[in-house]
Amino acid sequence: MKFRILSAVTLALALCPIKAGQPPSELRFCLRAEPKTFDPLMVEDGNSETIRYLTGGVLIRIDRRTQKLSPELATSWELDRKGDRIVFHLRPNVKFSDGTPFTADDVAFTMKRLMDPATHSPAADPFRSSDAPPRIAVSSPLTVSIAFGAPVAGMERLFDQVAILSARSPRKTAAVLGPYMVAEYKPGSEILLSRNPNYWKVDSKGARLPYIDQVRLDIQQNRDIELVRFRRGELDLINAVDADTFDDLARQVPHSVVDAGASLESEMMWFNQVPNAPLPAYKLAWFKSTAFRRAVSEAINRADICRIVYRGHARPAEGPVSPANQFWFNASLKPHPFDPASARRRLESDGFQFRGGRLFDRDGHQVEFSLVTNAGNHNRERIAAMLQQDLQDVGVRLNVVTLDFPSLIERITKTFNYEACLLGLTNVDLDPSAQMNVWLSSAADHQWNPNQKQPATAWEAEIDKLMRAQAAETDNTVRKRYFDRVQQIASEQAPFLYLVTKNSLTAISPNLQNASPVVLTPQAFWNIEFLRKAPAPEGTR
Amino acid sequence: MRAILHILTRRIGAMLLLLLAGGLLTALMVRFSPGFETDERELDPRLSQSSRLSLEKQRAADGDAANLANRFARMVFHADLGESPSLKRPIGELLRERLPVTAEIMAIGVIGGWTLAFALAMASVLSRRLVVRGLTASSQQVLICLPAAALAIVVFDIGGPVRALVALIICPRVFDFLRNLLHEAYQQPHILAARAKGLGEFAVWAKHVMPYAAPQLFALAATSVSIAFGAAIPVEALCDLPGIGQLAWLAATARDLPLLVVITLLVIAVTQACNMVSDWAALRRVDA
Amino acid sequence: MKRSQLVAALILAALFVWAMASGMSSASPQSRQFRELPDARPSRQFPLGTDDLGRDRLSRVLYATRVSLLLAPAAALMATLLAAVIGGIAGYFGGWWDKCAVAVIDLLLSLPWFFLLLAARALLPLNAPPLASLLVTYGLLSMLGWAGPARVIRAGVRRLRESEFALRARAEGCGSLRLLSRHLIPNLKPVLLAQIWTTIPVFILSEANLGLLGLSAGEPYPTWGGLLRDLQNPLSIRPEAFAPLAVIVIAVACFNLATPRGGLTT
Repeated sequence: MKFRILSAVTLALALCPIKAGQPPSELRFCLRAEPKTFDPLMVEDGNSETIRYLTGGVLIRIDRRTQKLSPELATSWELDRKGDRIVFHLRPNVKFSDGTPFTADDVAFTMKRLMDPATHSPAADPFRSSDAPPRIAVSSPLTVSIAFGAPVAGMERLFDQVAILSARSPRKTAAVLGPYMVAEYKPGSEILLSRNPNYWKVDSKGARLPYIDQVRLDIQQNRDIELVRFRRGELDLINAVDADTFDDLARQVPHSVVDAGASLESEMMWFNQVPNAPLPAYKLAWFKSTAFRRAVSEAINRADICRIVYRGHARPAEGPVSPANQFWFNASLKPHPFDPASARRRLESDGFQFRGGRLFDRDGHQVEFSLVTNAGNHNRERIAAMLQQDLQDVGVRLNVVTLDFPSLIERITKTFNYEACLLGLTNVDLDPSAQMNVWLSSAADHQWNPNQKQPATAWEAEIDKLMRAQAAETDNTVRKRYFDRVQQIASEQAPFLYLVTKNSLTAISPNLQNASPVVLTPQAFWNIEFLRKAPAPEGTR
Repeated sequence: MRAILHILTRRIGAMLLLLLAGGLLTALMVRFSPGFETDERELDPRLSQSSRLSLEKQRAADGDAANLANRFARMVFHADLGESPSLKRPIGELLRERLPVTAEIMAIGVIGGWTLAFALAMASVLSRRLVVRGLTASSQQVLICLPAAALAIVVFDIGGPVRALVALIICPRVFDFLRNLLHEAYQQPHILAARAKGLGEFAVWAKHVMPYAAPQLFALAATSVSIAFGAAIPVEALCDLPGIGQLAWLAATARDLPLLVVITLLVIAVTQACNMVSDWAALRRVDA
Repeated sequence: MKRSQLVAALILAALFVWAMASGMSSASPQSRQFRELPDARPSRQFPLGTDDLGRDRLSRVLYATRVSLLLAPAAALMATLLAAVIGGIAGYFGGWWDKCAVAVIDLLLSLPWFFLLLAARALLPLNAPPLASLLVTYGLLSMLGWAGPARVIRAGVRRLRESEFALRARAEGCGSLRLLSRHLIPNLKPVLLAQIWTTIPVFILSEANLGLLGLSAGEPYPTWGGLLRDLQNPLSIRPEAFAPLAVIVIAVACFNLATPRGGLTT
């Protein structure tokens, strides 16, 4: 009897070949550091933002390719003419990853929590146009309105950063609306995201997205290790490749690297113009002189910096806005030319004199100043070394001082014990209202002379007026006129010397389909739900 | 027994005092270092004035003397190591995750380094060929002359085992001592007599050489644990290994006072423990 | 002097003379950027090629050699002097002096020294010459590096304290400090010399490690550690990028071989 049963089972097994389960498709890339939070409302670092992008569902998404607004969880919306109220019409039949239905109550809950001062959400500040809390009204399960105390410039774009939380789910922030959800977290090592079974998006053929089943994010600080792993095929993409390894990688893994053109990142320097800074008065006088600043700018060979430091993967910067910012970039601006002769003429007209190859001011002080920058940034250190040689050619002696970041920040924001500073600029937000704290003379990030009680110069007063005007205006065409003028003044007066705009460089494995890197973050995986892994050839892992 | 307890109590007491002094000095150093009360979030132009003020208040509170004293008391009396302000995670959790990595690197380093050094030292002592002696000595000389950080980069670049790097750092540092010790051991009259009488090399080594050298080897082994711990820091920082060394580097650059104090206390505890073992082993040799 | 010591000393001397002599001829000063020739291969004009900014690598290696061969021995001398004072007092007087010295040594060895360096660099005045940050680095190394030699000197003084000549000196009324400074420490000259020689390569290697971590002199001044950062691009390392490493190995090996072998140990 036993023998018969055994035979039957054996026969059955032989006749029904066991189909080996398909391993889940996996996308693998690196985060440069541990994300500081998984709460989407508390995101303030790039790595946490990656998690938010991959797991969070938003009402409106900025299409990273076209830079235009596209509907996501909101199928449509109406913005009040005054720009202080918005009504969302939500997508029906959407569920959170745990099956909880998505309704207007969730939007209301999220916004209340976002704007609650006790939450201290970094994403809330751009919405705070007044001290009054917003009035949120749910008129139906799929309609919600949010009214702020005062107009919020560029309000719609801000919702790209607000991931909607569930008001009802017991899983709290773990219940998500994005393409993936956090499945496993090994601190210091990796984060595994698995597909959201209830993700609402489908492709043109009605197939549920995302195509790739899971995303594995390795926590890897060292860029060299990341490169080596990519070369070995252990990683599918690198979101930001350094310029000096781009060409080497292109040679070693052909068709894997993409230069998407100018990014939103640039390098710039500025002079300290704070009146009570602990500097000699004669140096302060130099830095306050527009002619001096323009002369220094003209003495800098930006093309060489692009060619040597960035291996051609950068362009001389025109101004505060990169050409990657399609709508807001002032296309009439040109980079300050490299013209040492013109630089000398400007300096001479400003009372400076050349003697024995060195530059002296009208009081006989040799022109020498220090440039602080952050230690450990190899490109910035190289730029500083190149600036030294360029300025030497116009008789200026430049001392480069590299400091660790906290010490640098202390000098440029608190003690103002510095002369010139070289740092990078990343305009994460395309809208000029995100730069209010840079351009307003009373603001803290008005780097060259922050927290002014009254604008120190006429041009700063003009910029203040223009920035406030564009913030109060809802017509983008009018706003662009105002902001174009701000960019023009910045170029003429040169409070910041914009050096180079870096290109967006990514590496994509040839096995990854549908990838089309762009210049806005996240450059390589902005369309992650549409990415697909090519099947591995037979006989390989 | 009483005497041993007395010595142990004194040593532990001294260690506790050292821990206190080390923790206090580190806290003072970090608290009054340039850049302590800054936060890189202040450079984000999207931050409102009230958010900035809130950040400043938070940083000031982190460095407040009463707050520091409170934290220290919690650490001592409740074994609560607190939270890292820069990484926003409990320090205990961070240490629990990273200690195994550092311990693994140190274990591979000490065991691997000693095995290699021992093998080379034995070869050098037992071989009569000048070539062998020359090669072993010069290879160790080259290794000891390489900066640990450069060694880390070279091994990483050639795709070598970065976790075994510490072995290459320890090996040359114990080789000389091992070679001299083994040479001295093999010159002992009783060992010469044993070899002359035809006792096998392995038996000579196991039954006579090793017992002779054991106390000093033990003392040196304890010191090499301390060396391994020190070598792990640049190796982890450069090769991106998520251990205590990398954590220390991150804490220093972020002015993370609580984390840096705890790591300093850990380093003092490990170093002192190694020194105690080393001294005890040295005493055993004197007694022997 | 053994033959190996002589050869090592001669190599060091030759390296030093070459590095000093190269500074006198400014054919290719170490900071000049030949921007049309970045990452150039070795040639007659540039025997070790150029770096990523078109600077002559050989000039930079020789400049860094000059700096290290001057500053490392100076720092080692300072550290050994400090060690002689502290170790001498601890070894001679014993008791609480000894306990305190040992505690301070243990404490120094446990503190996060790289943090001290970060803080010290940040406190430097802005217009201090870049070499100042290098002086601070070596200064800090000497302030921290006396701990190891102090142990050795302490052990030596403890042994000499009970020697016949010391007992006789005390019996004849020689005061403690006089005995220490006029008799014991001078008798430890071979130990002190050995400590200086063994400390120099330790400082050279420490500076190299710090340079690789980015804690070295500011631009445009090269240091051995700073030059080693060229090795950090795993995709395109050139053989000539190993030149600073080779010079470090030669210099350190020569210092190790040339170390006088007499003297006491712990």
